[in-house]
Amino acid sequence: MEILISLIPAIPLLGFLFLSLAGGRVPRKLAGFVGAGTVGISMILTFIVAFVFIGSLHHIKVWNVVLWEWIGAADMHANIAFSLDSLSLIFMFVITFVGFLIHVYSLEFMAKDEGFTRFFAYMNLFVGSMLILVMSDNLLLMYLGWEGVGLCSYLLIGFWYKDPANGRAARKAFIVTRVGDTAMIFGIFILFLNFHTLNTQELMYDASMNWVMGAPIATLTAALLLGGALGKSAQLPLQTWLPDAMAGPSPVSALIHAATMVTAGVYLIARTNVLFMLAPAVRSAVAVIGALTLLLAGFSALTQHDLKRILAYSTISQIGYMFLALGVGAWSAAVFHFMVHAFFKALLFLGAGIIILVLNQEHNIFRMGGLRKKMPAVFITFLAGSASLSALPLVTAGFYSKDQILWYAFSSDYGSVLLWVAGIVGALLTALYSFRMIFITFYGEAKTEPSFKPGKLMLVPVSILAILSVIGGFVELPDSLGNVHLFSDLLSNTLPPVVLANKGIPEYFFQILSAVIVLAGIYLAYIVYLKKPEASESFRKSGLHAFFEEGWGFDALYDTLFVRPVVWLSEIDKKDFTDIFNKGLAGIALLFNTLLVKTQNGKLRWYLMSLAIGITLILTYMLTR
Amino acid sequence: MLTVPVQIQILLAGILFFLGLIGLLVRRNIIFMLMSVEIMFNSAGLVFIIAGSHWMQPDGQVMFIFILTVAAVEVAIGLALILQLYHHFKTLDADAIDKLKDKI
Repeated sequence: MEILISLIPAIPLLGFLFLSLAGGRVPRKLAGFVGAGTVGISMILTFIVAFVFIGSLHHIKVWNVVLWEWIGAADMHANIAFSLDSLSLIFMFVITFVGFLIHVYSLEFMAKDEGFTRFFAYMNLFVGSMLILVMSDNLLLMYLGWEGVGLCSYLLIGFWYKDPANGRAARKAFIVTRVGDTAMIFGIFILFLNFHTLNTQELMYDASMNWVMGAPIATLTAALLLGGALGKSAQLPLQTWLPDAMAGPSPVSALIHAATMVTAGVYLIARTNVLFMLAPAVRSAVAVIGALTLLLAGFSALTQHDLKRILAYSTISQIGYMFLALGVGAWSAAVFHFMVHAFFKALLFLGAGIIILVLNQEHNIFRMGGLRKKMPAVFITFLAGSASLSALPLVTAGFYSKDQILWYAFSSDYGSVLLWVAGIVGALLTALYSFRMIFITFYGEAKTEPSFKPGKLMLVPVSILAILSVIGGFVELPDSLGNVHLFSDLLSNTLPPVVLANKGIPEYFFQILSAVIVLAGIYLAYIVYLKKPEASESFRKSGLHAFFEEGWGFDALYDTLFVRPVVWLSEIDKKDFTDIFNKGLAGIALLFNTLLVKTQNGKLRWYLMSLAIGITLILTYMLTR
Repeated sequence: MLTVPVQIQILLAGILFFLGLIGLLVRRNIIFMLMSVEIMFNSAGLVFIIAGSHWMQPDGQVMFIFILTVAAVEVAIGLALILQLYHHFKTLDADAIDKLKDKI
């Protein structure tokens, strides 16, 4: 079993090695087979391991696999070692399963691309790094995976590197997340300095034993780790990179920027939940940041016209929900929403990828329209995804996961009415922008003709995800509806349960309220975007619309606050003393060079003459001395 | 046997050398320049002969044989190069052949 566990991340990494070393020399069929196949094997192995793990859960809760010592110096020891518990198992399941579906989809999506092999090499490296991130038993190995996925994100955003704009988007993503990563590595340093170990379980145990609730050091460490999570998960104030990250191919957006990598922050906070419980201020900050982000991104999603950017802001907003859940101590609710979100958001990105491909790279939803009859299969799956995203009551998975978060935002010991209000306004926005997307893209008159019919390799993964977006929520039903707790029971082996405060309002009241809000949002979208498009016209022309569309001006703010001062300083730095000195040296050398070059004129007799004169002078000097 | 003083002999070699040098400097035809180089060569060889006969040593004559060989080789290579130059530039004017220079 230990070998099986260590093979799960190893096989995609081997696939990466093979594809990158073989380069363009392997035939496309083999490259595609290796690229998707390695992730498929990982998925099967994950299923086997999960099956055995859940079977033996009653007597062992964590499986540790130590492969070898990675770094050993003085009292610092970092192992290449994996630790399997229910939290990492759920992440592994999503990474390999959704990852495999996306790889299969990419076989057709990328079929005509010249970088086919390179694409699958990067994707395999990503899956391997992400698995290392969630499986590692120490923070350093986790950081390796953390940076590995960041690198793959950079490589894949800039995948079509011939367009300089894509390169800029890739660098922006890399640099902005690096701000958070720097904070995170400092957090890891503090933990190591205090406890002289990097093992996550030991660290959490030591922290709970040695640090008192609200201690400054605990607050500082949790805040630094939160910084890393904010960068990776595109939360306020480091959210600006994700909308631009849509420059990458759609499968990349689905896998990295929706389903897995951007939720690494959620994983980090859930994994170090002990630390966040010791720092109530930071824990509350997580909830507030989540609530603010989900509102902010919701408004921005409502005003975008690029299909993928709508989904990008929607992803930021949904991760905001996860942070809200983490902040109120509802750890398993956050992870549950992560899983459901991975299903429906991957589905939506893959669907958007098909639409964009079929319409010859048309991203603007206002130039789509009427696709319902032209692409019925895409329409039905996209509708399922959007319904799940907007949490359509009772029938979709999104309802059960989001409803749980909203309920805990209010009823948890750390919850409050304000957080709940933010969540419910966010739910209204979500319904509004999801169905705005549906109505504008699929209804109305057709504006662009589809160029071909999508094939099975793209439609089958999308259909599987559509089914899961609908039924995936039935593993966790609230007390008032069915009372099924398979998911939170599994997670209760790793994560502490949510602490409820009795606030005297029953759960079903909130469920009915949120159901009404969602339905109202969908109806509003129907009225404003389909029935009477002129009703939203004045808003579309307003300055507020432009402000939301630009993502609340964060790009401009960071440009004036950071980018311009740095550029200004480097301009000054170019003219300082050492630069003048060095440039002067180069200038003198150049002057002599131009003088000497004049003597090198190619005239044979000129050379002879100078030779004769030179010899005469030397002889004269020597003889008359 | 009439002996010419060694200073006169050296003077002859010097005159020959300067004739060659002047020919090299004033001529523009490459073939003549090559011939001037040959004259300078031979003046140097003459100095060896003079030195050999002055000190009654055979080394000077040995050296002259060497110089003759080198001169023969040099003429062979030089003529081949001149032939190629002529094919390429259709001229033997040394001033016209100035492609080998730095651009300013």
